[in-house]
Amino acid sequence: MAAHPTPAVNEPGAYVEKFDRFQKSAHDPSWLHAARQAAMGRFAARGFPTLQDEDWRFTSLAPLAKLPFRPVLKANLGTLASDTLSTLPFAGLQGSCLVFVDGHFAPTLSTIAASGDAIRIGSLAQVLNTSPALLEPRLSPSAPDGETPFAALNAAFFQDGAFVHLPPQHVLPEPVHAVFISAAASAGSTAHPRNLILAEAGSRMTFVETHVSLAGAGHLTNAVTELAVGDGAQVEHVKFQDQGRQAFHLATLRSTLGRDSRLRVHSIATGARLSRNNIDTRLAGPGLECLLNGLYLTRGEQLADHHMTVDHAEPRGASHEYFNGILADRSKGVFHGRILVRPGAQQTDAKQTNKNLLLSDEATVNTKPQLEIYADDVRCTHGATVGQLNAESIFYCRARGIGLETARHMLIHAFAGEIIGRILHAGVREELDRLIWQRLEQHPLVGQPHAPHP
Amino acid sequence: MNSPILEILNLSAGVGDKQILKGIDLTIRPGEVHAIMGPNGSGKSTLAAVLAGRDGYTVQGGQVRYLGRDLLEFAPEERAREGLFLAFQYPVEIPGVNSTYFLKAACNELRKHKGQPELDAMEFLELVKDKMKLLHLPEDLLKRPVNEGFSGGEKKRNEIFQMAVLEPRLAVLDETDSGLDIDALKVVANGVNKLKHAQNAQLVITHYQRLLNYIVPDFVHVLRDGRIVKSGGKELALELEEKGYDWITRPEPAAL
Repeated sequence: MAAHPTPAVNEPGAYVEKFDRFQKSAHDPSWLHAARQAAMGRFAARGFPTLQDEDWRFTSLAPLAKLPFRPVLKANLGTLASDTLSTLPFAGLQGSCLVFVDGHFAPTLSTIAASGDAIRIGSLAQVLNTSPALLEPRLSPSAPDGETPFAALNAAFFQDGAFVHLPPQHVLPEPVHAVFISAAASAGSTAHPRNLILAEAGSRMTFVETHVSLAGAGHLTNAVTELAVGDGAQVEHVKFQDQGRQAFHLATLRSTLGRDSRLRVHSIATGARLSRNNIDTRLAGPGLECLLNGLYLTRGEQLADHHMTVDHAEPRGASHEYFNGILADRSKGVFHGRILVRPGAQQTDAKQTNKNLLLSDEATVNTKPQLEIYADDVRCTHGATVGQLNAESIFYCRARGIGLETARHMLIHAFAGEIIGRILHAGVREELDRLIWQRLEQHPLVGQPHAPHP
Repeated sequence: MNSPILEILNLSAGVGDKQILKGIDLTIRPGEVHAIMGPNGSGKSTLAAVLAGRDGYTVQGGQVRYLGRDLLEFAPEERAREGLFLAFQYPVEIPGVNSTYFLKAACNELRKHKGQPELDAMEFLELVKDKMKLLHLPEDLLKRPVNEGFSGGEKKRNEIFQMAVLEPRLAVLDETDSGLDIDALKVVANGVNKLKHAQNAQLVITHYQRLLNYIVPDFVHVLRDGRIVKSGGKELALELEEKGYDWITRPEPAAL
């Protein structure tokens, strides 16, 4: 492997030097060693994106670049009390719960529900130890399409994450819940979780990914989740990003869908100072359906960015995107929705909607559809709205005796409820509904002046 | 003893500086049904809006007393809790808010205001079942978001259904007949008639006489250019139907 090209990151030394030390201490199989090396090369070559980069025009990473880079190579699991877990979202959820602290599996805090011999649920690091050959094709050295510099950084540094393997026709009735806790106290602490979900032909499952912070200082979660949905498989992925207000959260969810499969992706972002979710969905088989559904609630100085790529590669694929944002104070929302319809992907049905509710005059939204259509028999629609609560709706509520504040709550909750209501798994949906309601109550909902009545 | 529910005294109101209502006087007592008729632009909907407290209207003079108190002092929700109900000319669709949830919230706001215990989901459903039959409303409407995807007739029936549940002292029906075919009109009128009793009152605002074939008013007032230019009994409505609004002499222009 060639030496690293001249790195473009703000402090190249810190990243490359940390990487070299990390590789020396790791006991990776040689293919993984090479893959990490290649990934580090890609990161170093591209460095931190700037506002000049078209894909990062509205999301400045300057505050993150100022933090030191401290990948947490060994977790201090002792700092976490088990009763902390009971206070976290989805604590009461049935099924398996995999707990990761700063990107490292915490077996004593986790519960793996018995699910038959063939189904594997656990830690990626353990699989790397016991059956690395299973992972080699999945963690290959080539760069995936649309890889962000941070996904490359994750490929260089990841150590652990959730691993789920469902053989053909297997059904997991209860969800698998992976909780990622940022706990390290020092500024710049970085976790690189790497999740791999393999749902083979005809299998069914629900995967819930929660990200929370116990740490107060500025920290980074740089996550990658790979989802392989086999022919005819049905997968629901629910992500709840609820990190602390000092956190940076960068994530990629990369899904590949087989023939006649069904994928429902839900991305709910309430936390972090800055969050960026790249959701890359490749519709790689004919006749499949995918739902990409999301909600972001921001306040203070928060920024939530969703960057979607839906790649229709085969005919008769349907993709429906619904993203709603509720923004208060000086917070910011970014939505970029790219839909690519490749030649031959006839009878594609692609729909994209991004609706934003601004609760203050200072909140801003940048929303941008990007349609690239190379087939002629397709139906692609997109629409975006940015606005305030409908005054007529508020008056209608008030004219029925419902007070201004309650009316506003009701309408805002309904706006969020449109998204939450699309989650199929009842237990997950109800818990999220409760959590979102709770988060909305913390929002400065009643910021608008009470207009004098005549 | 039979003190008025509503007293409008020389009310002037409009939008910004523009005067639309130019001195309205009207007294409504318990048990009475009043109809306000008038051509487009006469100020009918402005009167309804001012009574309900809609934003964007300014009261330029006069008084409105409701159950002996200054109605204009109250916010829209306080008026509703005190038993004033406006059936909207254009009922609003509220996506994402379930009809049952909405109406239960409204109902419980009114009950709280009266010092009554709130109804739970079961009790509320019991309450609404009969009222739905009254308005020939399919039960699945209650499971849908408020007015979303309702037909014109369903929206208007839903207004009267809400009125049936909330049992107002004074109901203001703003052009409830507009956009209804004759069957829907009969259903709505029948519902309104059944809700009438000695202690409440109704103010029916309409352009056309035909609603008054089914809701028989005790008093008919003709509104023209912001003033009530003629008042009479139910026969006045028939006379208007026959002769049109031009039959009534235009009032003297307001002295500016």
